[in-house]
Amino acid sequence: MRLIDENGLRIDGRKVDELRPIRIEAGVLKRADGSAYVEWGKNKVIAAVYGPRECHPRHLQDPSKALVQCRYNMIAFSVMERKRPGPDRRSVEISKIIAEALEYVIFTEYFPRTSIDVYIEILQANAGTRCAGLTAASVALADAGVPMKDLVPAVAVGKVDNQVVLDLTKEEDNHGQADLPMAIIPRTGEVLLMQMDGHMTVEEFNKAIDLGYKACEKIYQLQKDALRRRYAVEEIETFEEAQHPQTAMEE
Amino acid sequence: MWKRRSSSELQVIDHYQNRMKARHENMKEGERDFNKDKESLVKPVREIVVPGDLLDSGKLKPGDGTYLSNGKIYASQLGIKSIKSNFVNVIPLGGPYIPSPGDSVIGKIVDIGPSNWLVDINSPYPAPLHVTEVPWKVEFGDTARYLNIGDTILAKVLLVDETKRVQVTMKEQGLRKLQGGQIIDISHSKVPRVIGKGGSMIQMIKSYTNCRIFVGQNGRIWLDGDIENIVYAIRAIKMIEEGAQTLRLTERVKEYLESMTRSGLNGKQQ
Repeated sequence: MRLIDENGLRIDGRKVDELRPIRIEAGVLKRADGSAYVEWGKNKVIAAVYGPRECHPRHLQDPSKALVQCRYNMIAFSVMERKRPGPDRRSVEISKIIAEALEYVIFTEYFPRTSIDVYIEILQANAGTRCAGLTAASVALADAGVPMKDLVPAVAVGKVDNQVVLDLTKEEDNHGQADLPMAIIPRTGEVLLMQMDGHMTVEEFNKAIDLGYKACEKIYQLQKDALRRRYAVEEIETFEEAQHPQTAMEE
Repeated sequence: MWKRRSSSELQVIDHYQNRMKARHENMKEGERDFNKDKESLVKPVREIVVPGDLLDSGKLKPGDGTYLSNGKIYASQLGIKSIKSNFVNVIPLGGPYIPSPGDSVIGKIVDIGPSNWLVDINSPYPAPLHVTEVPWKVEFGDTARYLNIGDTILAKVLLVDETKRVQVTMKEQGLRKLQGGQIIDISHSKVPRVIGKGGSMIQMIKSYTNCRIFVGQNGRIWLDGDIENIVYAIRAIKMIEEGAQTLRLTERVKEYLESMTRSGLNGKQQ
């Protein structure tokens, strides 16, 4: 199976260093304290944040800081073959690494004895859902007003047809040679999440990391825009109302 | 500092800037009342910041909603940047209510012990109210006779320690059990806007609607009065909550209340 054609284009027509189209929307759920929806190529992810709130069960409370809990869940219809519902080995692992990545950026010491709960639901999956999930979760946290060092952009890089490529799709992930999801703090360049499946040489690895960093900057900008848009739109509306107070008052 | 911005935000800024420019020109021509426009000219454009945004790298000091890293100040919360007497603050757009000593809050009794009550003050932390902190003499085990589950009280935060253990008190003038009326919840970050400068906003709502209103620091508001007037007061408060960062808010709320209370009176006459 050829994943990259002679022109250097991939199955979906992207170049090797091109991201899939990404759309981020903040504040999509009314009852959650903060939420975000991410469409990343064919991935569809929704993230909800509750808290900081009283931590239950009690014995998990930490008197010095807040607990960050995360649940990554793939909905049964998110993949072609029905996924058996409930947590499995893979989703437990992803929940853990996402919670740990987020814990590092949140100022947990501001909220002792509480828990901050993050729920990530994968509505549709097409490779790279842990990155899309983490991207959504950090926007949802900011939307919930949780104090944090920075937003967390995440992206997967990999090796396909002996070439280092950015943002693998399902086909590339399944038939490629390596997959390397990563998440960073853009301001400092610190790595929050990095996993690798497959083999790469040191040169390839370094090239992949560079590619990932550049892509994270772009995703970071999209995250910021999503948050600003959520509140800026309100401002335009109310601003226009202010100019026509009479029409605004009629219901 | 102008960073890259989304198109929608640029639109907002353009909006404001054009308006400011127009005002400035008008002022030059002397067509408008000078004092009226001075205030709006001085007010800076309200800048929305997200966690990680650079706020200042020089002279200012880090305030609320910010953090210091390598001598530079960054935003730690989603909110609006504000600079006050050498401090950069981020006024949060949301987030939970964190009690601090001296706050007047409206609480609900959620549990009763033999010598204390547990009060929900709309924060992540439960707040015990001890029998020695109420204005009545309560016998041991007799707590339910004075305050029962579901009762609402006007209380004050007595102390908060490092691990955010909270204590509330009712032993101060004006603190009491709230009887009758209605309670609504708003975001605690909007409370200062609802109260207004020196209580001007809430005073206005009170005088137009004839309601008795208490605004808790925790975002709970208690209202009592004529049912129709309560509805108007609630709508006015919701208006303030939604439009907290907009221009001319006080005037709009005033116009609303004026028209509503007038039409309400007319309705009664018919």
